[in-house]
Amino acid sequence: MSINKDEIKYLSLLSRMDIDKNEIKDIEEKLTKIIDFVDQLQTISTDNIAPMAHPLNQSQRLRIDEVTETNDRENIQKNAQQIEKGMYLVPKVID
Amino acid sequence: MPNSQIHNMTLVELKKALNEKNLSSREITETLLSRINDFDDSVNSFITMTSDQAIKEAMEADKKIANGDQTNLTGLPFAHKDLFCTKGTLTTCGSKMLHNFIPPYDATVVKKLKNAGVIMLGKTNMDEFAMGSSNETSYYGSVGNPWDLKLSPGGSSGGSAAAVAARLVPAATGTDTGGSIRQPAALTGITGIKPTYGRVSRYGMIAFASSLDQGGVFARSCEDAALILGEMAGLDELDSTSSAEKVPNYLESINHPIKDLKIGLVKQHFEEGLDEENKKNLLSAIDTLKSQGAEVIEIDLPNIGLSVPTYYVVASAECSSNLSRYDGVRFGHRTENYENLEEFYSKTRGEGFGAEVKRRIMTGTYVLSAGYYDAYYLKAQKVRQLISQDFKNAFEKVDVIAGPTTPSPAFELGAKMDDPIEMYLNDIFTIGANLGGFPAISVPCGFVNDLPVGLQLVGKHFGEESLFQCGHQFQQLTDWHKQTPEQFK
Repeated sequence: MSINKDEIKYLSLLSRMDIDKNEIKDIEEKLTKIIDFVDQLQTISTDNIAPMAHPLNQSQRLRIDEVTETNDRENIQKNAQQIEKGMYLVPKVID
Repeated sequence: MPNSQIHNMTLVELKKALNEKNLSSREITETLLSRINDFDDSVNSFITMTSDQAIKEAMEADKKIANGDQTNLTGLPFAHKDLFCTKGTLTTCGSKMLHNFIPPYDATVVKKLKNAGVIMLGKTNMDEFAMGSSNETSYYGSVGNPWDLKLSPGGSSGGSAAAVAARLVPAATGTDTGGSIRQPAALTGITGIKPTYGRVSRYGMIAFASSLDQGGVFARSCEDAALILGEMAGLDELDSTSSAEKVPNYLESINHPIKDLKIGLVKQHFEEGLDEENKKNLLSAIDTLKSQGAEVIEIDLPNIGLSVPTYYVVASAECSSNLSRYDGVRFGHRTENYENLEEFYSKTRGEGFGAEVKRRIMTGTYVLSAGYYDAYYLKAQKVRQLISQDFKNAFEKVDVIAGPTTPSPAFELGAKMDDPIEMYLNDIFTIGANLGGFPAISVPCGFVNDLPVGLQLVGKHFGEESLFQCGHQFQQLTDWHKQTPEQFK
């Protein structure tokens, strides 16, 4: 199965990730190769087989819902490049 | 004790020298730091050095030892793959996206090893976000294989493997999603173990594919790996997938004889892709284990041939989801030129991620997208179940499954970068253990064209003890693990 230029553009939109014009052809070729390769999976029957999500087939361990973290905002926000009054700055979303 | 020998000593030997006060932690630390300074320009195994902090901690360790207050690993030199969060120390995950990320907390593994007393010398190079099998996708440059610097050390934990092989540090952490500890261990002639899924906490390990990722360790002997894993493993409240299974005393179990052990040889491993010389080494390693009384049985893993395509669907899907967190807002790279929020995200991610990471995110997005989910993602999860079941069936007959770690020895840098499938097939023998969550170790078992290759042993869930036991007994009878690259003797 081949992946075309329009699909690459759509995947770029879905994943919110710019793809340089010069990169498209290379991505097109390589992604087609990858999808062709994983198409091998269609050769085997998996009727009545349960999908496996956890290697040990374990269920999630739960804990009592209580606050365990203290407010460490200042420290955590040291990694943000633009903050103001403890808030993260992003481009304007609502007019 | 002459300082000229420090770099060749194992952790167990260094620990003895420290406790007997033949060496100080400061001497060890300074010797290795100066060695890294002399050699790492050519290897490029470290992204960040933490020299000043290391010397300070070594001096504190020496005080503790003098007062008899030492813990299990006090004063021993160590390095962490740059995927483990280290409080106050740059953690890049090999990516431009995290070129400025200074974690406000330590990964549980880092914290546990720090509490046990190790001295961190620095953070090691790796494929970007652990996606790669050659260390060439790192934003911080490729790493040279100490056996021949024109060759790749493997990946994704290539920096840790190369640093241990070049005798720059005796042991280092790694992570293994599809073979990222075992493959570089094999290609650089050292020992590397990926524990059972859930054996080691993933808290503070930057996520790639959460149902496959597992932290482990590189060392120059099974004994050293056992010493470290004992301190790394165990239940962690901060990782709900970490296991409550009791952590055994690995250092004690390595000495158990293997005469009652049943070892499985996989029929399919001999059917395709295995280098002739590599096969000879493997069979000779099996003979060595047999000579100790282990029983060897042929086993069948009928669906193992589908492990690589299964992996590339599951891992890419999980990666596309995990890496959606890099949005430029809270941490990491942030684009400077944008008109609106959409563009802000797209440019930040387009600039921050390298080509291989982008390919995997797009593959993952594709297999999870409407119309393809059932055909790819759900299908792969079902095939994963079949592959895992094959292993479980085999483990009803045997304790350990033996085979090659890689199809061939180290390859040239650049050789496989143009063909993703050829690169992916490097992990053909290692991926099965990740899909099923089984522990697996690679130990050096000989040379092909003067380059090291590894014997892989896969165990039952939480069967790390039999892997160490087998590996250690093998290392008592062979000296492959003691071979040192000429340039780094």
